[in-house]
Amino acid sequence: MGMTIGEKIIARAAGVDVVKPNDIHTVTLDRMMSNDGTTHLTVDMYNTQLQNPSVADPDKVVFIMDHNIPADSPKTAQAHKKMRNFAREHGIKCYEGQGVCHQIMLEDYVCPGELIFGADSHTTSYGALGAFGTGVGCTDFLYAMTTGTSWVMVPETIRFNLHGQLRPGVYPRDLILTIIGDIGANGANYKIMEFAGDGAHNLSINDRMVLCNLTVEAGAKAGIVEPDQKVVDYCKSRGREAVHMFKSDEDAEYTAIYEYDLSKIEPVVVRPDFVDNFALREDVEKEHIPVDQVFIGSCNNGRIDDLRAAADVLRGRQVAPTVRLLVAPASQEVYLDAIREGIITDLMEAGAMIMNTNCSVCWGSCQGVVGENEVLVSTGTRNFKGRSGAASSKVYLASAATCAACAVAGYICGPDAL
Amino acid sequence: MEQFTGKVWVLGDDIDTDIIIPTDYLALPTVEDMKQYGFSPLRPELAGQIQEGDIIVAGKNFGCGSSREQAPEIIKALKVKCVIAKSFARIFFRNSINNGLLLIENDQIQNLVKEGDTLTVTMGESIDYKGKSYPIQPLPQNLMDIINAGGLVKAMQKRNGILEED
Amino acid sequence: MGLTLIEKIIAKNIGVASVKPGQIVTVGVDRVMIHDIFIPFVAEKFEEMGFTKIWDPDKVVLIYDHLVPTSAVEDVRHFKIGDAFASKYGLSHVHRSDGICHQLMTEAGYAKPGNIVFGTDSHTTTYGCVGCFSSGIGYTEMASILGTGELWIRVPETIKVVIDGQLPANVSAKDVILTLIGDLRADGATYKVIEMSGSTVDAMSVASRMTISNMAIEAGAKACLFRPDQKTCDYSHVDLQDVDWLYADEDADYDEVMIYNAEDLEPVCACPSQVDNIHPVAELEGTELDQVFIGSCTNGRLEDLEVAAAILKGKKVAVKTIITPASRKIYLDAIKSGAIATLAEAGCIITHPGCGLCCGRAGGILSDGEKVLATNNRNFLGRMGTSKVGIYLGSPATAATSAIEGRITLPLLCCR
Repeated sequence: MGMTIGEKIIARAAGVDVVKPNDIHTVTLDRMMSNDGTTHLTVDMYNTQLQNPSVADPDKVVFIMDHNIPADSPKTAQAHKKMRNFAREHGIKCYEGQGVCHQIMLEDYVCPGELIFGADSHTTSYGALGAFGTGVGCTDFLYAMTTGTSWVMVPETIRFNLHGQLRPGVYPRDLILTIIGDIGANGANYKIMEFAGDGAHNLSINDRMVLCNLTVEAGAKAGIVEPDQKVVDYCKSRGREAVHMFKSDEDAEYTAIYEYDLSKIEPVVVRPDFVDNFALREDVEKEHIPVDQVFIGSCNNGRIDDLRAAADVLRGRQVAPTVRLLVAPASQEVYLDAIREGIITDLMEAGAMIMNTNCSVCWGSCQGVVGENEVLVSTGTRNFKGRSGAASSKVYLASAATCAACAVAGYICGPDAL
Repeated sequence: MEQFTGKVWVLGDDIDTDIIIPTDYLALPTVEDMKQYGFSPLRPELAGQIQEGDIIVAGKNFGCGSSREQAPEIIKALKVKCVIAKSFARIFFRNSINNGLLLIENDQIQNLVKEGDTLTVTMGESIDYKGKSYPIQPLPQNLMDIINAGGLVKAMQKRNGILEED
Repeated sequence: MGLTLIEKIIAKNIGVASVKPGQIVTVGVDRVMIHDIFIPFVAEKFEEMGFTKIWDPDKVVLIYDHLVPTSAVEDVRHFKIGDAFASKYGLSHVHRSDGICHQLMTEAGYAKPGNIVFGTDSHTTTYGCVGCFSSGIGYTEMASILGTGELWIRVPETIKVVIDGQLPANVSAKDVILTLIGDLRADGATYKVIEMSGSTVDAMSVASRMTISNMAIEAGAKACLFRPDQKTCDYSHVDLQDVDWLYADEDADYDEVMIYNAEDLEPVCACPSQVDNIHPVAELEGTELDQVFIGSCTNGRLEDLEVAAAILKGKKVAVKTIITPASRKIYLDAIKSGAIATLAEAGCIITHPGCGLCCGRAGGILSDGEKVLATNNRNFLGRMGTSKVGIYLGSPATAATSAIEGRITLPLLCCR
C-alpha cells in the first residue's frame, strides 16, 4: 500500500521503508525551534531535572524571541535573558526581534521532506515547503533537544484537492478559514491535512504558508502542501537545496478526501470565540459591528502579500479616528521589503501604527492589548476568549484586505463598502 | 497656631517621582489602588509601614522628575502628615500645594533625626526636636490661599460658585 | 535694568514693561498639552471644579503617547475617557497615535516662539527650543487652566549658559546638556530658567536645541529658552520680524552665568541612577551592555536616527537595539532618507513612536543585573524595569557605536 507525504517524511526520519497510521516510531529530527513563549521553562528543566545533560546538535536547534519582544516586563526580560544565555553557552543560533518564529524558520531553515518540532502550535506552517512541522510542549522539546530524537505516532491523513484559482479580493486566508469552518475545530484532530491539486499548485509559497499555518486550528498534527517547482525555487533563492520532494502515492490511503473549487470561495469573517465560527463577510457586514482595534500581522498573515493587500485598501484613505490600526510585519525581511515598496509609508500615512516584528496582538501581550468590551478584527491565528486582552473583548478573524477596510470604515465590512 | 507631632521616616536626596510611584502603576484606577506601591523601587516595604500622622524627612530635591500628581496624592493617601526636605522640585511643590499636602523646607534637621524618632511641627513657625527649635519659613500668601481653600479644586469650586465661602 | 528672555515673554504676556524674579503674576495661557496618562484625572478635576466649558478649545491639545500602543487591558480606558472629553467639550486637536507629545507640540506648530504653554508632563520644557516658555504642571492645575485660561507663576530667576566654539566631531547636544546637568546637579536650576546662548548654540539645529531644552527639567529648571533665529522661524513657520522682540537685553540680570568652550566638551553618559551622575564615555568604555535604546522626546528625531544609521551602516548590532522615532512624521522622514532601512538591516528593532521604554511601561523592559545605554532623559531607579537595572544615558552616536560592540564605546563622529 502507498504512503502519503506525511508518512513518507516520518519513514525517512525513522529510517524505515514503510510506516502506516497509528504506528509509533522513534525519529531523528531535522530541526527544532523554540520561542520565548516557553524556552525559559525548557532551560529550567534542562538545568534542574536532568543529569549531565547536553544539547545533541546545536546546529539543529533555533531559538527565536518573538512573543514578547521588546520585553514588556522584568519577568519577560528575565525569560529572554535565560534564553539568550543558554543559546550563547551552547552555541545555539538565537534571533531577537527579527521576526515571528515560523516566518524566520521558513525564510532561513525549512526544507521539503524534513521533520521539524517547534515548541509552538503553528509549527504546522512548514508544510508550505513540503515539510512536516508540528508543535510540541517544552518537555517534548527538551527530550528532542538533548537527544536529537523523539517518538511520533503516525497520523492519518486527510486529503484536500484544490481546484482553480481564488477570485480577486479573496485570499488564502478566506480559503483556510472556510475549510476550518467546514470541518470544525477538531475536524482534523491528530491528522495530517494534505493539500494538492492544480489549485494548490496555483498558490504561491506565501499563500501556502497561510494555509498550513492555520491547519492546527482544525486540530491537525501537520498541514502539508504537495511540494513542486515553486518550492524548489524558493529554497534555491535562499541558498537551500530541495532534496526530499515527497508526493503521495497513487494508492495512499486517506481518512477523507475533500474537493474545493477555489473560485467559489467567498470573503470570510470568523466570529468570536472559535476559529471555526465561520460567517460570510457579506452577512456580518449587514450587522454594522463597530470596531475598536484592527490588527494586521502574525505568522498567519503578516507577509508582504498581506501588507500589499492592506495598503491597496488604505492608500489615499484614513483610518477612522475611533479605530486603532496596528500592523506588525512577520519578519524584518518582510518589513524591509515593505519599506522598499513604499507600503510602510502608505500604511503610516493612512494612520496605521507599525510595530516591530512580533506576535503582539495575536496573543495579547506586549503591544496592542485590547480593553474591556472592545472589538478587534484581526489577521491573527486565533480568536479565543480573551486572546488579545480583556476577557470581555471580542475577536473577529478576517483577511488583511477586510481588516484594512474595517479600519477605515470603523465597522466590520469589506473594501467594497468603502 | 496648629501643632502636630509625628514619627519620622528618613529618606535621602533626589527622591524622584518614579520612586514615589513607578510609571507601571499609574494606570491603576485610583490612588488607593496605587498607594501600596509608593516608594517601592527604593523601599518596597515602606508603604505598608507608614502610619497616619507620620512625617517624612528627606534631603534635597524631593519629588524631582515627572509631573505626575499621583506622587503627592500617594503620600497624602498614606496619611503622611507632612514632608520636610532640604528642597523640593518645582512641579512636585505645586502639585502638593494643589492637593493640600504640607511641605516644609528645612536644611538643618536631616543630619540630626533618625528613623523612628518623633518631632513636633508648629505651622509656619518651627520644628521642635529633642528640646531644640528650628525655624521654618511661612508660605507666600497666594499659596496659603489655595491651602486654606483646601486645595485648588476647592478654590475653583468657590470661584465657580458651587462651594460656599467659609 | 534689562530683561532676560523669560522676563520678556512674561512681561509681554501680561502687558507690562518689565517683571522681576520673585514677582507672582498671573499669565494668560497660549496653549496647553494633556497626555493620555493624565487625561482621566484632568477630566475628573475639571468637572469637580464646576466648570462647564473650556476657555478656548482651540488652545487645548490632547495627545496619546504613553500608552501607545497599549500594553495592558486598562490602558484603553484612558483613550475612551479622552475621546469622550474631547467630544463633550469640542476639542479638535487630538493625536491618537502620531508620536510623543513634546515632539508633536512644536512639530505641528502648537507651541511657537514667545508663547506661554503648559503641559501635564515634566518634559514640557522642550518647547523652549523655539523660544516658547513652556513648563510642566500637574493635572489639578491643568483642570483650572482649562476653565480659566490662566495660571499664577512666580517669575523665575535666570541662569545664563554661554557656549562658544565648535563641538568636537563626536560631541552632540546630548553631551552638552548632560555635562550641564552634571555641573548644575539635579536641583541646580530648581525654580529657575536656563537661557542658552553662544555661537555653539547658534550653530545647532532646532532638533539639537530640543534635546537640550527637553532635559533642562533634569536640573530642576522651570524652562530652558533659546532665542529664536531664522532656523527657528523656518521650523515654526513664523516671520523673524514677528519675534524680533524676543531677545535678552545686554544688561539683563542673571542669577548665574556659566561659560563653556565647546572644544573642551567630550562625550559623556549619566550613570545609574541619577541624571546628574555624569562621567566621560572614555572612562566608561568596556562596560558590558544588554541593550541599547535610541529614541524618546529627547533623542528620537531625524538627525538622531541619521547619525545612528551612519554609524551602523553595513554593520550588525551585537546587542538588542531598540529604535523609537519620536513621531510619525519623523518615522516617515527617516524611511524616506533611508535611515530606517539601514537601521533595520543592522538588526535594530524599530517600534512605533511612543513613550514606551522611556516611561518604563513596555518596549524593552529589562531585568535584574542588566545594563542599558539609552538616549532618553531619565535613568531613575527602576525606570526601565527593576531597581537592579543599570541605565546609562548618552548621545545617539555613543549609543549606536556601543551597539556594534555590545559595550560602552567612545563614538568617532556625531552628526556633522
